[in-house]
Amino acid sequence: MPSYYIPSEKKSQQQEELLAALQAKFADSLVESAIVSGEVAITIKKESVLAVFKELRDNAKFLFKQLMDIVAIDYPERDERFEVVYLLLSLDNNLRLRVKINIAEEFIVDSLSSIYSNSDWLEREVYDMFGIYFGEHKDLRRILTDFGFEGSPLRKDFPLSGFVEVEFNEELQRVVYKPVELNQAYREFTSENPWMGEAQVDTFNYLNKKAKAD
Amino acid sequence: MSEELKVRTKTLNFGPQHPSSHGVLRMVLELDGELVKRVEPHVGQLHRGTEKLIEHKTYTQNIPFFDRLDYVAPINYEHAWVLAAEKLLQLEIPERAKYIRVLFLELSRISRHIFALGAQAMDAGAMTPMIWGFESREQIMEFFEATTGARMHMNYFRVGGVALDLPLGLTEKINTWTYKFEKDFKDAMDLVVDNRIFKQRSVDIGKVDKTQALDFGFTGPNLRASGVAWDLRKAQPYEIYDKLDFDIVVGTHGDAYDRFLVRIGEVAQSIKIIRQCILHMPAGAVKTENYKFTSPKRADMKESMEALIHHFKFYSEGFHVPAGEVYMPVETPTGEFGVYLVSQGKNKPYRAKLRSNGLAHLQAIKQIGVGYQLADLPSILGSLDMVFGEIDR
Repeated sequence: MPSYYIPSEKKSQQQEELLAALQAKFADSLVESAIVSGEVAITIKKESVLAVFKELRDNAKFLFKQLMDIVAIDYPERDERFEVVYLLLSLDNNLRLRVKINIAEEFIVDSLSSIYSNSDWLEREVYDMFGIYFGEHKDLRRILTDFGFEGSPLRKDFPLSGFVEVEFNEELQRVVYKPVELNQAYREFTSENPWMGEAQVDTFNYLNKKAKAD
Repeated sequence: MSEELKVRTKTLNFGPQHPSSHGVLRMVLELDGELVKRVEPHVGQLHRGTEKLIEHKTYTQNIPFFDRLDYVAPINYEHAWVLAAEKLLQLEIPERAKYIRVLFLELSRISRHIFALGAQAMDAGAMTPMIWGFESREQIMEFFEATTGARMHMNYFRVGGVALDLPLGLTEKINTWTYKFEKDFKDAMDLVVDNRIFKQRSVDIGKVDKTQALDFGFTGPNLRASGVAWDLRKAQPYEIYDKLDFDIVVGTHGDAYDRFLVRIGEVAQSIKIIRQCILHMPAGAVKTENYKFTSPKRADMKESMEALIHHFKFYSEGFHVPAGEVYMPVETPTGEFGVYLVSQGKNKPYRAKLRSNGLAHLQAIKQIGVGYQLADLPSILGSLDMVFGEIDR
């Protein structure tokens, strides 16, 4: 029985090797590659998804046989609005890998269903929550939301309360949909420090500046 | 009989309110007589938008959401969240907190496995293991209640440690209990393990081989039952698992019966871990003394203004987590649960994706459920062991 455990000193060396191998193999499809918070993360060109993943699964150097999850993140202020992150796991090498692509709203991503069979529902979930399309997907339907649901709930411009609510109508003797009515306005506490000064109100910028200065 | 009649299939709705579908699952089945020709699961009946809600709450406020994912083993899911935040904060927690966490995680794992084993036996027609098992589950919940005041949704782990210390004498009680439990558990399992009817209902049912299991994204006991000795507690250890002595339980056939046996084996390993935790648990603080991230002691607040400010800031604004992205997987009783956390340096997460293990397991039923009898389907579902709170999120 193989033992998968790798001590942490060896682990970082192994990750460096993986990073070098990735850079050598995918020189023309790689946009960015680094080790971020102890995990190897690469950004690839959005058109090269199929070719890269096939290689990642089958090449004896990588052997990323498991697709753990597909994560989409919405950054409305960017031109290429969505970031799609594929989380891969290689049991043989005990390594994890993040593969990222940046896409605009109307871009159709290649489906991984020919490579990983569990990508089916993962892609359906991303489609359901963000409205990202996957080409060549055999059954791209909503998966988690209600029948007849409209909109992409996890986009940043979708309100937390949603647009419709349901109630039982006595006259019609069935459940009906109606626009959301809040008896009390939703209280969104920003809890940013108002006394910290103009330049530091946005803590994100503040911390970023600080990190760069360090 | 004409040729036409021979190929006619029947469509059957299994669920959404079916006692052996382990929650609200609807499956549209295509049957040829008793044989299942096609399975189409429909999920999402329990969707509560947890990922959206998380974006609107601070890190501490988010912990209770994780209790409600897998409501049979809530604390294992809280753990992934606090670990993810700690990884971004690069926060070290006291040694005692680690031991308490592992003790609770393993107790929770036992209670989850008791439920899974009982449910699988019940799906195959045996009622007693479930009912006997619930007695033991109740005893575990009493330990939880003694510590946290809640039996199931404990909200006990915090970023930086755990909320409270254990009450005096609880570890001794747990230690004594493990010996009693071993016997009770053996009694309950002896009823089914060698039972001819149970074997007929589960041996060679729902077979998944190694390659398939990897392709489907299987993790946890379901993957181990197919013969892959992969356990995150061993392979990528967190907390104190690298110091503990326990084994990975592996099956060979990958059928429903092997998954059952793997879970039984894991209960024994969990008991081993619990005893080691109790034996080696050090004294000391249970949460970090960096009061930017945890609540200060109430006694200090009477004396120190600093403590009062920390208390106010902690409970109103929370704490800010540095910008970054992190994926933190943990080995829950059902498999790998992970949190992909994106922070932009604010006191609320920008995005959190929850990796559900049940989603991968349930998805596979489209392939592995086909070709068996209709009555075998609940047995396969039970052996895959899923909870819909976590699948639908």
